[in-house]
Amino acid sequence: MLALAQDPASGSLVMQTTHSGRNFLYDLLEWIGPPAWVPTWLLVLSAVALGVLVMVAIVAVIPLFAVWMERKVAGHIQCRFGPMYPGGWHGWAQTIADGIKLLLKEDMVPKGSDRVLFMLAPGLVLASIFAAFAALPLGYDWYFARMDLGVFAILALGSTTTIGVIMAGWASNSKWSLYGAMREAAQVVAYEIPLGIALMCPLIALGTFSLLDASANQSGFFGMGWAIFQNPFCIPAFIIFWIAALAEVKRAPFDLPEAESELVAGFMTEYSGLRWSFFMMEEYAAMFLMSVVAAVFWFGGFESPATYLLREAGQEGTILYGLVCFVTVALKGWVGVFLMMWLRWTLPRVRIDQVMTMGYKYLTPLSLLCVIGAAVWEMFLHAIGA
Amino acid sequence: MTTHAPDHQPTIRPASDEARILPSGEREFFFDVATTDLEINMGPQHPATHGVMRVLLRADGELVTGAQPHLGYLHRCAEKIGENVEWLQYLPYTDRYDYLSAMNNNLGYSLAVELLMPALEIPRRATVIRTICAELNRVASHLIAFGTYGLDIGAFTPFFYAFREREWIQALFEKICGARLTYSYIRIGGVFNDAPPGWLREVESFCDVFEEKWREYYDLLVENHIFVQRTANVGVIPREMAVDFGLTGPMLRGSGIDFDLRRDLPYMAYGEIASAGAFEIPLGRGEKGTLGDCWDRLYVRMVEMLEAIKIVRWCLGVIEPGPIIGEVPKVIKVPPGEGYVGIENPRGELGHYVHSDGGKVAIRCRVRGPSFTNLAVLEDLMPGTLLADSVAIIGSVDIVVGETDR
Repeated sequence: MLALAQDPASGSLVMQTTHSGRNFLYDLLEWIGPPAWVPTWLLVLSAVALGVLVMVAIVAVIPLFAVWMERKVAGHIQCRFGPMYPGGWHGWAQTIADGIKLLLKEDMVPKGSDRVLFMLAPGLVLASIFAAFAALPLGYDWYFARMDLGVFAILALGSTTTIGVIMAGWASNSKWSLYGAMREAAQVVAYEIPLGIALMCPLIALGTFSLLDASANQSGFFGMGWAIFQNPFCIPAFIIFWIAALAEVKRAPFDLPEAESELVAGFMTEYSGLRWSFFMMEEYAAMFLMSVVAAVFWFGGFESPATYLLREAGQEGTILYGLVCFVTVALKGWVGVFLMMWLRWTLPRVRIDQVMTMGYKYLTPLSLLCVIGAAVWEMFLHAIGA
Repeated sequence: MTTHAPDHQPTIRPASDEARILPSGEREFFFDVATTDLEINMGPQHPATHGVMRVLLRADGELVTGAQPHLGYLHRCAEKIGENVEWLQYLPYTDRYDYLSAMNNNLGYSLAVELLMPALEIPRRATVIRTICAELNRVASHLIAFGTYGLDIGAFTPFFYAFREREWIQALFEKICGARLTYSYIRIGGVFNDAPPGWLREVESFCDVFEEKWREYYDLLVENHIFVQRTANVGVIPREMAVDFGLTGPMLRGSGIDFDLRRDLPYMAYGEIASAGAFEIPLGRGEKGTLGDCWDRLYVRMVEMLEAIKIVRWCLGVIEPGPIIGEVPKVIKVPPGEGYVGIENPRGELGHYVHSDGGKVAIRCRVRGPSFTNLAVLEDLMPGTLLADSVAIIGSVDIVVGETDR
């Protein structure tokens, strides 16, 4: 976002935004009209600070909603209502009430634990997942950071949470926590591979690593030219990606690191209050992140018939267009989150050896086959000149 | 390394006792990191132990190398109380040991006391109502076994479905006796309250709905691929081992041994029901894996629920109006003698041994609990399995800690 560039007028190096500089917040600040003495770099820095603020606010709302949604989804699957009272309408304020409760709880550090690591771990987990959101665009013109290799940033930062989880498990001075941490380490290492390789298929089909370009490359067929329709090998690749993503974000049936009936609460056993809620926030934020990655690279990202119609009507670049893009991708993301919840409340948990077998023996070779298939398919399309 | 071995770190120890004398005169040990098994307490506060039982596990990573159940956290001196309170006063204590099948416990104790009172005649209607209640309670108990077993394996939702059906049974019991868990309904001599109007019809509609729902639960959990992978070939109890350990109930029948006290040592009207062919004894067949694995045990419990419903239907067909309790005095004095009655509790053979000297109080009241006996098999089953399997095995034994400890 920030880069040193040569000012065409003076020839000196100045700090400015990269690319076209079409950053929504920067535009906003310019539109407000700062006094002439405000240097550009201060404006850029303010835009960055504002961006971080907006991002943290948006990302923090995701778990807030997702926890409520999980409770409602679980409730309705289990012939219950879920929360009904807090806030009045269908218990919408349940998570807020829970958050206040957690905030007021005692911050306990168990005796004999590694104090520094214990206190650092939830922060690391939350910070890395929040940082991953920086690479996530909200619309064609709305993004925090325009990254040409955005998907790399997301995968790298997303898996950094594992270090926090292992730290938490190790520092807790509890055997159950240690089990959780070791399981997490084994599981994530096993599933990072098929996750990344399966993601290669739409990357081949779309020909880009950037989330913005990936979305733009799926705009054909009235906004329905999604990668999953472009290349038949993207369909098995998506299934592999989805299974690996479930393992990556520790969701059932791969919730072994916290396996409630086996490890009490796994790596979270010794945590309480706000630090515990950080782990929960990370889990839900990671779920949404993975769903949006799937939505962007397989299911058209910002593209939908609505986006297409607006573009045809010449609305491109307007606030309305941006809003429709945002709503489209967010809806797709929430559908993915719902799918994860549905699976969680339906399936039993697999065993650790089955997790390993599935990751190394089946998903990794299959994902490699998918990549080869996708590449051959693209070559074939290229050869026939489509 | 020139220090002495730290005595509080058992994992680091000198590779040999021989020390090399350095030129400086110091002694040098070679230290070796010895790996030992992790000793870990599963319980008494652990979601998988179904109450307050403690299993001391020895584990090499995920592999369990040893397990030792420790009991006694829920010991409430039930048998000693039986020697200190009057015959009828002990009845509420029987509710408390296996709190998931209180009707069967009441029944077992009542039958044992009635054995010592040959003059006491049990009315026909009481016997039929007893059978209905005992079998409905068996369904309720097996529903918990099915639901919590799903929970152990990591599936949450079947638990809630199981509770929904169990809630109906509890509502039925509440209508007939006022209590939802600790009924004290089946008394010495009969039952203490007649079925309220419309109760039998409601039991029938429960049977209709339950048989329909049963199929759903079976498909949802028992036939689920992940579930089968988790439970088949896990915790295999061969036929001989099942007999050697004295297992009873679904644990025994899961290993393919055709033995059920209701048919083989009939009490109440069960002999009549069995000879009418109203119910069958489901047996484990090793359908998904090996004979006697965890899946077989759950399968036996699942099918037993359907068979219990069949018995209830038979009872509904033969029930007639009449008295519900025999001629029982206010203060029961049991003629001198001793007797043992074992009944088929949802978990196996629940035996009551009572000894009377003709007074108002038993001189000995002994309970043979099925969970307690079945639990002994854990120590042999768990070594060599994975940590997650050990949870599956504990779940498949379906213990009620209140009854193992009494």
